[in-house]
Amino acid sequence: MLKDITLGQYFPADSVLHRMDPRYKIIATLLMIVMLFAGNSPWTLAVGGLFVLLAQLLSGIPFRMSWKSLRPILPVLFFTAILNLIFIDGGETLWQWGILKVTEGGIETSIFMFVRIVLLLCGTSLLTYTTSPILLTDAIESLLSPLKRVGFPVHEMAMMMSIALRFIPTLLEETDKILSAQKARGACVDSGKMADRVKALIPVLVPLFVSAFRRAEELATAMECRCYRGGEGRTRLRQLKAAPRDHIALAICLLFLGASLMLNLLKL
Amino acid sequence: MAILTTEGLTYTYSAGTPFEKTAVDHVTLEIGQDQMIGVIGHTGSGKSTLMQHFNGLLQPTEGKVLLSGKDIWADKKMLREVRFRVGLVFQYPEYQLFEETVFQDIAFGPKNMGLSEEEIRRRVLWAADALGLERGLLGRSPFALSGGQKRRAAIAGVMAMQPEILILDEPCAGLDPCGRRLMLQQIGNYQRQSRSTVLLVSHSMEDVAEYTQKLLVMNKGRLFCYGDTSEVFRRAEALREIGLRIPQITSLMLALRQRGYDLPEDIYTVAQAKDALLRLLRREEQTC
Ligand SMILES: Nc1ncnc2c1ncn2[C@@H]1O[C@H](COP(=O)(O)OP(=O)(O)OP(=O)(O)O)[C@@H](O)[C@H]1O
Ligand SMILES: [Mg+2]
Repeated sequence: MLKDITLGQYFPADSVLHRMDPRYKIIATLLMIVMLFAGNSPWTLAVGGLFVLLAQLLSGIPFRMSWKSLRPILPVLFFTAILNLIFIDGGETLWQWGILKVTEGGIETSIFMFVRIVLLLCGTSLLTYTTSPILLTDAIESLLSPLKRVGFPVHEMAMMMSIALRFIPTLLEETDKILSAQKARGACVDSGKMADRVKALIPVLVPLFVSAFRRAEELATAMECRCYRGGEGRTRLRQLKAAPRDHIALAICLLFLGASLMLNLLKL
Repeated sequence: MAILTTEGLTYTYSAGTPFEKTAVDHVTLEIGQDQMIGVIGHTGSGKSTLMQHFNGLLQPTEGKVLLSGKDIWADKKMLREVRFRVGLVFQYPEYQLFEETVFQDIAFGPKNMGLSEEEIRRRVLWAADALGLERGLLGRSPFALSGGQKRRAAIAGVMAMQPEILILDEPCAGLDPCGRRLMLQQIGNYQRQSRSTVLLVSHSMEDVAEYTQKLLVMNKGRLFCYGDTSEVFRRAEALREIGLRIPQITSLMLALRQRGYDLPEDIYTVAQAKDALLRLLRREEQTC
């Protein structure tokens, strides 16, 4: 039951996008976000859409995976689309009922926003689908490393992130196990009044925290035994190295961004 | 008479995904009253998965589980009742302790049953005694106990519900040899006194040979065989084929037999072996 929650939703495969340097992937994702938000005409959005579609095809991620990450957010999307439809004024009024009216501008904006958010979600989820959490944190550490100069603990942050990601599945599994053990003793967690339910969580949360703290302590000891002393002078097993293809990919992204900005300027 | 029966019980983990795994495959069996049943099988053979069906923690993908002839999934409201009648102690149950004192933790199950204050007290003390937990420990925090004491407290928590069937998933894992023996003796005594049924999942052939009357053998999700312990161990070859073995003492006796000593084939415990060897020695003395 708890396993259905996907957090580090890495989808292992062998594609151009999977092999791309994760730092470049993060930059490309940022460029894509700019591209989608800077655009204010259907044409610029079309360019953004083309970009996302291209990336999707190159990634080898089946469309149903993207659909899976999109589905939970759809109700919210539809809700905002309807709000936009009703409350945005502009152009000819097509339909009116009291203070509620649907205008041409409203239709345009709501469709526009809807498509933009869908593209944004599909595009950003490609990043997590094609990059393992460990590589992702490595890349973030590398990208943020200039901040070290001003005393920001970049390495420590990245280490915390990767440890957290590593332990999410373990803790979920543990929660499942404790839940079953307490249910076997007659605890009812999924029925009753709200107050009862909160009270019923104690038998699950206490052991969970106890074991999380125990694990944390064990991990800290194990790391210390291996002389972990923070980021200083630390070398890496996996070195991030940009290949020519990463530069080409980045150039293509910039091209797309340029195209969409041009379209914006030309007010097409 | 059978209390618990399963009919074509099948369970598939993550059905409909690439990670699909049928852990229990069409298992049909009957569990009777007042007996100690050992559950053995190679690691990953589906023992724990099967056990979690007996008290309705897992819902069968296919097939039925009947308690006193009634399908436990027929009425979901009945499930809680089922869990009081069939007690399940998971592997490494120490992690389930959560209360402020050991006493309160053992009382958690009985309290959920809605028993009176007095009855709860009686049961907690009874369960603690059955497992040899000293009274002095009951007022302490469960987190301040030793590993073995924690294990006993956790098992007592289920025993105190006085279920008709008590399932113990590897209760001795990680205990020292003395603690192991003591724990098994206490479980055996509990079974005889309460006249309930105890299912003991174990990887130790010596333990099941000594303490159980019947054996349930799982192999790759299927029920390999189910019968009297001595009958099952007679099939040494078949057991070896599915990655199990017979008790060490039995192997020793069979080896002696091959060397021409006149020993019986069906010796499964050290006590039996001792008797048989003494008899053999006496006979040889007489013939000299
Ligand atoms: N939560 C789960 N999700 C997916 N597969 C599982 C899960 N739990 C168990 N399995 C699989 O089901 C099969 C049976 O597992 P089970 O835990 O019942 O074995 P077992 O006989 O208890 O083994 P052991 O002696 O090691 O405890 C195994 O192949 C295991 O990989
Ligand atoms: Mg198991």
